Amino acid sequence: MKKGKVWKYGDNVNTDVIFPGKYTYSILDPKEMAVHALEDLDPEFSQKAMPGDIIVAGKNFGCGSSREQAATCLRYAGIQAVIAKSFARIFFRNAINQGLPVIQSEEIVESVEKGEEIAIDFSKGQIKTQKGILSFSPLPESVSGILEAGGLIPYTKAKLEKKRARAK
Amino acid sequence: MGKTFSEKLLGLKAGQKVSAGDVVTVSPDYILSHDNSAAIIKEFEKLGVEKVFSPGKLVIILDHVVPASSEKYAQNHKTIRKFVAEQKITNFFDIHHGICHQVLMENGFATPRKLILGADSHTVSYGALGAFSAGIGRSEVAVLWATDEIWLRVPETLKVQIEGKLPRGVYAKDIILKIIGEEGADCANYKAVEFSGDAAKNMSIASRIVLCNMAAEMGAKNAYFAQDDATISWLKNRAKDEFELICSDEGAKYEMVLHYDISSLEPQVAFPHTVDNVKPVSQAKGIKFHQAVIGTCTNGRLEDLVVAAQILKGKKVHPKLRVLVIPASRAEYLLALKEGVLETLVEAGCVVLNPGCGPCLGAHQGVIAPGEVALSTANRNFQGRMGSRDSFIYLASPATVAASAIEGQITDPREYL
Ligand code: SF4
Repeated sequence: MKKGKVWKYGDNVNTDVIFPGKYTYSILDPKEMAVHALEDLDPEFSQKAMPGDIIVAGKNFGCGSSREQAATCLRYAGIQAVIAKSFARIFFRNAINQGLPVIQSEEIVESVEKGEEIAIDFSKGQIKTQKGILSFSPLPESVSGILEAGGLIPYTKAKLEKKRARAK
Repeated sequence: MGKTFSEKLLGLKAGQKVSAGDVVTVSPDYILSHDNSAAIIKEFEKLGVEKVFSPGKLVIILDHVVPASSEKYAQNHKTIRKFVAEQKITNFFDIHHGICHQVLMENGFATPRKLILGADSHTVSYGALGAFSAGIGRSEVAVLWATDEIWLRVPETLKVQIEGKLPRGVYAKDIILKIIGEEGADCANYKAVEFSGDAAKNMSIASRIVLCNMAAEMGAKNAYFAQDDATISWLKNRAKDEFELICSDEGAKYEMVLHYDISSLEPQVAFPHTVDNVKPVSQAKGIKFHQAVIGTCTNGRLEDLVVAAQILKGKKVHPKLRVLVIPASRAEYLLALKEGVLETLVEAGCVVLNPGCGPCLGAHQGVIAPGEVALSTANRNFQGRMGSRDSFIYLASPATVAASAIEGQITDPREYL
């Protein structure tokens, strides 16, 4: 279980404020993407966020564009997980495909506070907050495999390698 | 029991009967990507696969930053052109064609029963022609290029029943802004949206595209209109393949049905910084702005440019304004050119840009400075979307934008029609 500080935001945090469109085709290096994470929402974030920190937000997190960098930049900023009341569809897929854990829970969002230190136990589906332990439902196995592999690309790569080995 | 359009279409692709909530593994008919193909190529190369599984399925259209505005963008385009040549990708559209969604539809890839996935959220647009189309991320596109397989969840359907006749000066854009304003930016998250009712039936294909395009702003996975004679005649001479219609069955199960009567609808305006922050134009009147944009994949078709020209004919753009006009594609550009529409707009003082995304995503061609305000026909007004994070974007119909361009402040277009 790793501890992390909570960065808390409201509803409808969109992909343009997570990773501005002006960078989408000019920045291809994920570490450079991380420098601009949440730039248009909270300029403090990229300067002060530490590896292991956790983003907690309202409903429809990641709405807007399909740009995957919105998930990539958060992962490379070291974000341990995003917890939101709900996620926009494409962001949800992108996050998993980038190996960024997402947790959907109204209860957790309501009870944790900005700046609070919390710890997540993914295998048990539990979060330790200052007010006590809260549970969440773990992701289905089909997607947790992708997360464990570190994202869809490494996951598929391994799958294809196995297939080729079998064919030989 | 009857099935919805999405259940039927994904069932066809999966080769089994499916219902909302099921997860299916499918192969799309076409896979769209644009300037982001450069980044997708990088991911594709990591997979250790040499050849694209099905090169004929790839549709690559350069539109986001065209012509390249910097060396980085130029390099991206170069990388893409090289890949296209090496992989023998025939469905490649270089910078002179226009916005990916418009170009894909005009070239007949989107027909009823097609499953099209694209690395762009507004891929939802093609439901206007009876395709199941949804946006996905870059990694997924790279994997599709390599394996031709993806999992999709069959969505529940939200039906929007639109009745009544559009009043003068009110357009498809106003209808969809009204719906998003009422229902909220996540009302259709993970769901399919079906537009139906008399008003939907009477809409031109261009107007249907406006609604499906902006279903992305409701969070929708895909959007859909029942196909009819209008669809068939639009697809005539365009469709790449023969097609059969596909519509929701009688008695299909909807998660929810919304009803809208548009007979007394007013023009609508979305205020900064969310698309669901919508008010009638009467409450936006007098708001000053610096730049107007008429174009994008939402409202850059001939139908839109004609309305703008009708209003701006013989008038002048307000001297303190910049007005950018961006046809959605070369085909629409040519039509507008031949009909004298562009002449009217240029005479009024508009700047006509080459077909493409223009400043819509804040990368080039008219980005806005801190403190500036834009009024645009685009689909998104998120903070910083068109340039500075300290700028403001209002969204409206081409008519509202054109009338406002004359006055230099948001204006009810009905005063000019
Ligand atoms: S015009 Fe705007 S919304 Fe449409 S594809 Fe281009 S950037 Fe996206």
